[in-house]
Amino acid sequence: MLDAKIPNGPIEKKWSEYQATCALVNAANRKKMTVIVIGSGLAGGGAAAALGELGYHVKLFCFHDSTRRAHSVAAQGGVNAAKNYQNDGDNVYRMFYDAIKGGDYRSREANVYRMAELSVRLIDTCVAQGVPFAREYGGSLGNRSFGGVQVERTFYAQGQTGQQLLMGTNSAIARQVKAGRIERFSRHEMLDLVVKNGRAIGVIVRDAITGEIERHAAHAIVLGTGGYAKIYYLSTMAMGCNATAAWKAHKRGAFLANPSFVQVHPTSLPALGKHQSKLTLMSESLRNDGRIWVPARSGDDRSPEKIPDSERDYYLERKYPAFGNLTPRDIAARAAKEQIDAGHGVGPMRNAVFLDFRDAIAQHGRETIQSRYGNLFGMYQKITGIDAYVTPMLIAPSPHFTMGGLWVDYELMTTLEGLYACGECNFADHGSNRLGANSLLQACVDGYFILPSTIGNFLSSRIKEPLSPTDGPEFDQAESKTREDIQKLLSIKGSQPVDYFHRTLGATLWDCCGISRSRESLNRGIEQIRELREQFWNDVNITGGAHEPNSELEKATRVMDFLELGELMCIDALHREESCGAHFREEYQTKEGESLRNDEGFGYVSAWQHRAEGEPILHKEPLSFEAVNVMTRNYK
Amino acid sequence: MELNLRIWRQDGPDTPGQLVNYHLNNADPGMSFLEMLDAVNEQLINNGQRVIEFDHDCREGICGSCGMVINGRPHGPAQGSSTCQLHMRSFQNGDQITIEPFRASAFPIIRDLKVDRSAFDRIIDSGGYISTNIAAAPEANSILISKDEASHAFDAAACIGCGACVASCKNASAALFTSAKVTHLVNLPQGKVERSTRVVQMVNQMDTEGFGACSFTEACEAVCPQQISVSHIAQMNWEYNRAKLGM
Ligand SMILES: Cc1cc2nc3c(=O)[nH]c(=O)nc-3n(C[C@H](O)[C@H](O)[C@H](O)COP(=O)(O)OP(=O)(O)OC[C@H]3O[C@@H](n4cnc5c(N)ncnc54)[C@H](O)[C@@H]3O)c2cc1C
Repeated sequence: MLDAKIPNGPIEKKWSEYQATCALVNAANRKKMTVIVIGSGLAGGGAAAALGELGYHVKLFCFHDSTRRAHSVAAQGGVNAAKNYQNDGDNVYRMFYDAIKGGDYRSREANVYRMAELSVRLIDTCVAQGVPFAREYGGSLGNRSFGGVQVERTFYAQGQTGQQLLMGTNSAIARQVKAGRIERFSRHEMLDLVVKNGRAIGVIVRDAITGEIERHAAHAIVLGTGGYAKIYYLSTMAMGCNATAAWKAHKRGAFLANPSFVQVHPTSLPALGKHQSKLTLMSESLRNDGRIWVPARSGDDRSPEKIPDSERDYYLERKYPAFGNLTPRDIAARAAKEQIDAGHGVGPMRNAVFLDFRDAIAQHGRETIQSRYGNLFGMYQKITGIDAYVTPMLIAPSPHFTMGGLWVDYELMTTLEGLYACGECNFADHGSNRLGANSLLQACVDGYFILPSTIGNFLSSRIKEPLSPTDGPEFDQAESKTREDIQKLLSIKGSQPVDYFHRTLGATLWDCCGISRSRESLNRGIEQIRELREQFWNDVNITGGAHEPNSELEKATRVMDFLELGELMCIDALHREESCGAHFREEYQTKEGESLRNDEGFGYVSAWQHRAEGEPILHKEPLSFEAVNVMTRNYK
Repeated sequence: MELNLRIWRQDGPDTPGQLVNYHLNNADPGMSFLEMLDAVNEQLINNGQRVIEFDHDCREGICGSCGMVINGRPHGPAQGSSTCQLHMRSFQNGDQITIEPFRASAFPIIRDLKVDRSAFDRIIDSGGYISTNIAAAPEANSILISKDEASHAFDAAACIGCGACVASCKNASAALFTSAKVTHLVNLPQGKVERSTRVVQMVNQMDTEGFGACSFTEACEAVCPQQISVSHIAQMNWEYNRAKLGM
């Protein structure tokens, strides 16, 4: 039975009571304890800095060349906090409520409430670190609004909020490096987890320069390794984002929750050629003034200005008159895919829809539009060479954020004792759909505030235990498995590069387990992925060796895990016979084509246990709602 | 489009390197520069050869991982753009393009176009931060910061730490990078407390790492993908002198 360890008592007191009663480790003992943190994004980096500050000995690993480059750096829009600086009626409860509803009632109340509660202190911490958030003329902090809410609670630093927050975290890391409490290992990738009697005791990492395989032991291990939406190959995520750390933990016993919940962003740039390596996000704010349409006749390839209004289909305005172009992300993305699949797609690859500013420019003038979105139009032109003041933008949906991840309890501990997961690599706070600007928040509060308290509760009873020796049989076994995998990959010398497998897997998943899924597509997906995996192990071609810098080998060790995770995503999506948030199952929709949730049948978190042979085992964490009334979303 | 590429190949820090010719006949003007290199690498893999190593990640111009010297200019011909945001339509069919790593003795070559920029991290470690405890921050609006101050700090904080400034400088100076951090923090009230120790430690570390002196030719600003201004260097120098004079 999964025990989420949710404290008793009213929701607004749970966290403070937990903190008042959890066990502590005294300062003299903290320095004797080693914690490994994998990942230097806002979640892992924040955790490392906070643990270092408390006096633990921290070993911080990342595969980037610097802790400053984690994928968190790319977030543009902002970070939410219930500060109510605008006096527009915001408070912790309202923020909690928005996030629970936004997640379509598939997240855990106690965690979401705590995230909203801690948001307030987060902004204080970031400002103290020197994060240059936007300011009002009077010197106080500025806010803007984001999708799914009616108040202004988003703090931002121009279009580079993630970068600025990460520089703050990196400052905190640097301070602890100087103090000798954090040992930093850049260009080191965790390739396996070492487990002894159900407890995580260490990691196997590869030094990306020398190829050396290293063993590291710790009293506790924290994964802050980010999301896995790069499994689709074309996504808004950085090229290096991967699932290896979480997947290896899963194979060693940590349950993986809701793996099929993937958020697709409706407005990214479409793939423009077959060499495309990633898709760039265009801010959702463009939908405030841009109108989305496709040619009414499928296959119409006239240039957009030659298509008269009567032959255009403004499909969002037609289908969702109340919200029009501002329907939530999942709905806008699905509607675009429907049009593209029905042959109405536009652009050189017929994989996009138009986002048209013609009417907004006619109404407000070019200057106003320029002042609102000039930088985005500039970015669009840089990438596509097209002037969107004259020709409508081409946009398309693309995988963006994973709500699924390692199952964790209220303490952020996985089902493996001593193994924690924070930030995007856990499943906890966003349900089946994430609200904009909530994931930077989750990553930060998990790392800075929650983990440093909850880990003490575990470590306090292990003060007398020495570090596990790294020459034990569990370390031997994990290290030789890693070496074997690498040797095998390098020895195949087949005919296809790693990218071929990654692209093919991505296309299969997009098709079978993307914006919408059906029993038929998911079964097909499972079959295709199994075949592809077999082909990979027979036909992949990796040049270069094991004991040198080898980016092809790095890719291969990641794609090898993606090829297993992809199948579990399909299995998870197949078992969930309902539509909720980002998970739209075609068989479960209303007559009008809207999601049909099934709270009685599926009001739980699906947590999968790995088995070496045969199908994974499903465990359920039932979700109960005490502080909110469960309702149906409606955007008509 | 067809391209003739001359790409720096070097096995490791201690082995000699050289420019090697490659031909790509199916580049597409819409490709990014890194996607073009992906295509070259695919050719190499198909021929059983080891790929060209280069650093990259977000491919959105913000992580600061990528960067190479393209036809003599860090990040190539486009103004205010990192290599990942440079597209092949900036080149002509049949062009010859020379691609080299960022060169500076403080950035040892790892392999091919990959260099070790960890010296930048050590400059920050030496004191490039505000010493504040995570859980003990005062209410954010108790520190009022004017819009101008905030945006001045932001302009400096926008540095992505790619190292193009060093690669463009005839002295391989890290002054633009270091000064961006210094002025980001000193322009905020909460960063003023440590202003003297911070600037002295960072400048000393910059020298220890083997970066050269700044002679203010402004090449760094010209190639900076974030268009960080050299005026930050002037402010850093002022801060340094101020600290040394005990003002
Ligand atoms: C384009 C884009 C825009 C976004 N904008 C917003 C926004 O405006 N607001 C918002 O709230 N959210 C936004 N998000 C989402 C948000 O950025 C992420 O959810 C969040 O930053 C994740 O942080 P993290 O610390 O969990 O992981 P990451 O920042 O991804 O960090 C992962 C770390 O783990 C390391 N790592 C991974 N695997 C290994 C391994 N095996 N071994 C060693 N190290 C490893 C990496 O090196 C890295 O340091 C956006 C996402 C994208 C893609």
